[in-house]
Parts: sequence; structure tokens; C-alpha cells
Amino acid sequence: MKKVFSLPESMKDVWTHYCPGCGHGVIHRLLGEVIDELGIREKTIGVAPVGCAVIAYDYFNIDMTEAAHGRTPAVATGIKRILPERVVFTYQGDGDLAAIGTSEIIHAANRGERITVIFVNNAVYGMTGGQMAPTTMLGQVTATTPGGRDSSAGYPLKVSELLAILPGTVFLCRTAISNPANIRKTKLAIKKAFQVQLENKGFSLVEILSPCPSYWRLSPKEAKEWIEEKMIPNFPLGVIKGNLKDA
Amino acid sequence: MSEKVLMCGNEVVGEAAIQAGCRFYAGYPITPQNELTAYMARRMPEEGGVFIQAESELAAISMVFGASLAGARAMTSSSSPGISLKQEGISYLAGNELPAVIVNMMRGGPGLGNIAPAQSDYFQATKGGGHGDYNLIVFGPANVQELAELMGAAFDLADRYRNPVLILGDGILGQMMEPVKIKKRVGKLACPEKDWILTGAKGRSPRIIRSLILKEGELEKHNRHLQDKFRVMKEKEILYEEEGIDDAEIILVAYGTSARIAKAALNQVKSEGIRAGIIRPITLWPFPEKVIADVSSRINCFLVIEMSAGQMVEDVRLAVSGKCPVHFYGRTGGGVPTAEEISRKIRELL
Amino acid sequence: MHEEIVISGFGGQGVMFMGKFIAYIAMKEGYRLTYMPSYGAEVRGGTANCTVIISKEEIASPLSSSPSTIVVMNKPSLDKFCPRLKKEGLLILNSSLIDKEPERSDIKVIKLPANKLAEDAGNIRSANMVMLGAYLSLKKLTSVEKACRLLQDVLPERWHGLLEVNRKSLISGGDFAQR
Repeated sequence: MKKVFSLPESMKDVWTHYCPGCGHGVIHRLLGEVIDELGIREKTIGVAPVGCAVIAYDYFNIDMTEAAHGRTPAVATGIKRILPERVVFTYQGDGDLAAIGTSEIIHAANRGERITVIFVNNAVYGMTGGQMAPTTMLGQVTATTPGGRDSSAGYPLKVSELLAILPGTVFLCRTAISNPANIRKTKLAIKKAFQVQLENKGFSLVEILSPCPSYWRLSPKEAKEWIEEKMIPNFPLGVIKGNLKDA
Repeated sequence: MSEKVLMCGNEVVGEAAIQAGCRFYAGYPITPQNELTAYMARRMPEEGGVFIQAESELAAISMVFGASLAGARAMTSSSSPGISLKQEGISYLAGNELPAVIVNMMRGGPGLGNIAPAQSDYFQATKGGGHGDYNLIVFGPANVQELAELMGAAFDLADRYRNPVLILGDGILGQMMEPVKIKKRVGKLACPEKDWILTGAKGRSPRIIRSLILKEGELEKHNRHLQDKFRVMKEKEILYEEEGIDDAEIILVAYGTSARIAKAALNQVKSEGIRAGIIRPITLWPFPEKVIADVSSRINCFLVIEMSAGQMVEDVRLAVSGKCPVHFYGRTGGGVPTAEEISRKIRELL
Repeated sequence: MHEEIVISGFGGQGVMFMGKFIAYIAMKEGYRLTYMPSYGAEVRGGTANCTVIISKEEIASPLSSSPSTIVVMNKPSLDKFCPRLKKEGLLILNSSLIDKEPERSDIKVIKLPANKLAEDAGNIRSANMVMLGAYLSLKKLTSVEKACRLLQDVLPERWHGLLEVNRKSLISGGDFAQR
């Protein structure tokens, strides 16, 4: 019988700690497949964030490190500038990238650092127990917005759109993993983002809308519906800058 | 550079770092160390190295973290308020066992303070500074030539122990010009082969560099390993200079710029027949406690001089352990003691 | 020899350059030395001063609480540093900008119309070299002729068109002090 599905070489054969229905597992898998398909496993260095994916390095079969909360793009900058021939990516959540690390992401993008950013937007802080994230939806109940987020706590932050005006950014795309078609598009976007780096063109980022059933207090199935009904209208999908051709 | 040249301390830091093989510098402007950032911006590209003006001190030290784990000799510099921001990254460097050199040209604090020279970051430098149980080797150079030499030593020790090293200068040392000879490094650098860096897992198993250690008991084990390193540093790396301590009735203890002013005072009172000596710690951590303890039972008293409200004096008191009085004279908030003030204090004490 | 010099004036009067040049001359003459600038946020028009200490012996403090020479380019500098000048010390004063008499009788005073002499030499901005010429001819750190030769080592290349004016100013200051 022909084997049609196996673990990417870029991933370790281990169980992850993620909750049932969490999007990180799917996104990790897509990332692993892309690294395999591009044949860059032995020259890729990843930087894990602080947040739910803090121990992502235990799941990938590649060289990886950590960063202080939000400084992920700064650490990636240091690595890439010393090893320009290697492929360097950061894997960041919405707290790491869009709150405490806003300065680092904007300036790494503005310098056009040849790095790839995988930005997982699940509208909540997971690791610390479901607090408001910069991308939390208006009205969304979290541990720190018990009455639902109102605008005095800020509006859901559209980082990809913010980054689009910077000349240093080459490819910016927002996808979701709410259904199989969107998952396929997400993989395509990740692949394109790495290709941009391999072609030494500039900064690339894929923002992925991802479910957090635990802190949305929904079932995994409901969480996927919530992405489509609540998140996508505010965070429209598609290429924000650059194009998906040749991915 | 075989001939002596006239350079300011900040520029000497840059050139000595480059000669020691430093190929990555990230910094953020702050007075009084801006000459160093400008120097690196000009010199690093000439040497095939990387210069980045970072968006913040937080980013700068994290860039150094990245460059270090990729195998480069890397450094950053700042002055007091900026060094406070860098504490986050310094703790991560220590936790991850990454070598790096950090330069602090201290200014008056707390808060924004002023830009005048000061020594009020001694506690921050020598007692950890950031969170967690760790130490840095801390050098307190007193002149431009010594600054050049200690920069080279700093990179060697950072690599040897896989731990950050801090150069603790002040505005005067950074701004001052003195003739200096900077040793050109030839041949292989003194750093050991780095078999732990991240380069992409080509033909080997992947490496992980991290300080997050969640498994029960493992973080304590990691800390014990770090403490073992710090113990070796304490045994091997203490540096100090002393003068006239054998027959002294009073011994001054001072480092960096205050040590130079203290020496001027020493010369004044010696000509009046006062038997005074000086101990100048060159490493502030590890601290030269033994020499201080050894002389403490045969002298009248110590006088510690600092450009602070009294920080290193606590380490002197710990070393002396009550065997003789330890007095203090300091100026704070960017004030610099004069030799006359110190001489007066010495006469008062005897 | 142990000489502690403070040079002071407005930002833009070339005070720091003069101090660095003296330091360079001292190095070339085989002395130990330190040069310490005041540093601040002001660039043009603020006050600026620097301290140069020159000695045959190891220099302890790089700061000077009672200098043996002060070179003052403007009035605020006179007010600030004259009281600190050592007894029997040397005060070199730019009389083009200072119409005040120093309030001390225990010091040696040289008054020099530095701005005018510099203008006569071709550029008012070389007043600092007039003052330096006077200093060198009095303190004999090196000869004015040698200073003229060393000038090109320290003057940034983009200013080399002004070498001649600066040399003339050095000589003019030296001659004036001798008279």
C-alpha cells in the first residue's frame, strides 16, 4: 500500500502540549511540511516566542532558540545578520508580536530584515490564562475584559495592515485555519513567505487566524465557526502586500 | 596599531572590541557613550562586521543575544538608564549561557538623572541586575589603556565561561582622551571552538538554546551548574591593584575614576607623612575580598571612595567583617570628589 | 613638569580642538597626558571647556581643581575659572571679548586681542590658535614652529585649506605674547 501521509522530517515525533482543537498543532504541521518541501531543514533556525508556543522548539526537528517576550524579531535579526545564508523565522502569538513586541516587529519589518514571521492571531492570551490580547474582538469576554472588550481597551489591532505601509515589507498575507480550503491557502502563504526570504527580497509575514477553544469557551467546532463569523469580518483574509504567485 | 594614538575612551572600546574579534554591535544613542556607537557605525562595515542602530535598548541586547547564539563575538553599550533596560536581555544571556560584552559608561541617576559621570550602578552591575541567580564578570577600568586591555579580556572570558561580561566605566572614562596602544589580534582568537551555536542542523541533531526549564528539579540543576561556573570565576578571575598597603595605617578602596582621584589624594597626604595605601579593585565581581580581609586586622581603618552614595562600601564591609572601621566618602548625582576633599577626609580620620 | 590647563569659551570657539591639539603635542613630546572635555547637550553657542593635564609622572586624577594655566576665550569663562587658578598660575585672556580686569593680583596675566589677531591672519575662527601660540611661547611645551608642522596631523582634512591661516595665527599669538 502506498504511504500518503507521514510526519514531516522537520518535526519531532512527539506529542504536543496544546489543548484539543488548538490551532498551533495544525500550523506547526504546515510549517514542517513547507520546510521539508523547500529542502531547507538543515539551514533553518527558528525563534520561539513567549506564549503558548514557547516550547515550539521541542516539536521541530531544527535548530531553535527562545527570545524574551516580544523581542523575537530582534533575536532573529541578530541571527540573520550573522548568518545571512541561513533561513531564519520567528513564530509569534498576538501578545508577543502585537503588544509587548510591537516595537521590535515594526522595526524589523522597517529594516526589511530577511526573516519570515509566522504570526498566530487567536485573539487571546492563552498561556497566562485567557486575558485580553491586542487582537481581542470588541465585546469578547476574557479574564481581563469580564464585561467584554470595549473601545477604551483599544480596538482589535490589525498589525498586517500597519506593516503594509513600510517599504521593507515584501510579502504580508492573512489566512485562517478555519476549514480545509483555508488551511491549504495558509500553507501556500507560508511557503511564499519563505521563498521571499530565500530570494533575499525582504521581510515576510503570514498572519494566521487560529482557534483557541479553551479561552473562547467554545467547542473546537464552534471555535472554527467563530473565526469565520467574528474574526474574519474584522481581520479580512488575503494577500495584504505582494502576491502569492509561484508559491 | 603599534604606535600610541590619542583616542577617547568610547572610541577605544570600539577599536579594542574589533581587535578582539567582535563582529556584531547593536546600540542605541545615549550620552555619554555616543562616540562608541558612531565609531562602530563607521568601523564595523570596514571589518566585515555588523552594526545596527536598534530601536531600543531592549531590542539591542536581544540582537546581541541572536548574534551570540549564531557564533559571533557580539557587544552592546549604553549608559545607566539604557543599561536598566538591557537587564532583561542580560538575564536571558546568563540563563542561556551566551557570551556577550556589555559596556556601561555610567551617568548620574536615579531616573533620567543627568549626563555627568557617576558610579551609582555598582549594585546593579555586581549583584545580578536582572532577575534570577546570576553574576557577570564586571571590570572597572581606570584609564584608557586599561580599558583597551580589558575589552580584549572581556571577550575571552565571555567565551570561556559562556557568560556575559560587563565593563563598568563612567562618563569621564568614556569622554577622556589618553595616549593608547591597542593590541592588534593576530592569528587564532583565544575563544574555544563553539560546538553549541545554532547554524542550522546540517548533518547533526538539532540544537536548542533556551532558558525555560520546566521539568521538575531541572531548573535547580541548571542553576547549580551556573553557580559552579561563578565559583570558578571567583577562584580564578579576581584582579586588583594595590599600592603602599604593607605599612599603611589607612587604606583607600576605590575603582575606576574615583581610584584615580583617590590616588591624587594619596600623593597629597603621603607628602605630609601619612602612611596611606590604596586597593583598586579591577574586577568588581568577583570582588577582591581576600586582600581586603588580609590587611584589615593590621590597619587603623579603610576609607572607601565612590561617585555614589555608598555601594561598593558594602562589599568592603563584608570582606572586613568588623575587624576595623570602614569609612566612606562619596559624591552622588554626578558629583565628582576632588583630591582635596579626600585628603581632608583622610586627615580627619587619623 | 606638571601642567594642568583649563581652556574655556563659547561652543564654536574651537576650545575642544585647542585642548586636543595641546594633548597631541604633549604626546608627541613624550609626556603623559589626559584630555577631558566638558560634555553637554549644547553644541553651538553654549559654554565649552576642557582640561588637559601634562606630566612626566603618571597622572592620577584627570580632573583639575586648581589648574596651573587657564585659557579663557570669553567673559563667563573668566568668571568661572579665574578663582580656581593656582597662585602664581598663568591666565591667558582673550581681550577682544573680555573688557574686564581679573580680580586677582597673585597670578600672571597675558591679555591677547585674539579675535583681532585672527582676523588679521585671515579668519576670525582661528582665534583659538592665536591663544595657543601665546601659550606655547610662554610655556615652551613645544616650539611654535613645530606646532605649525603638527597641525596638519590633527586638523581634519576638510579644513586643510585653512592650515595657512591657522599657522599664521599660531605665530601671531606667539609673537604677541613675547612682546
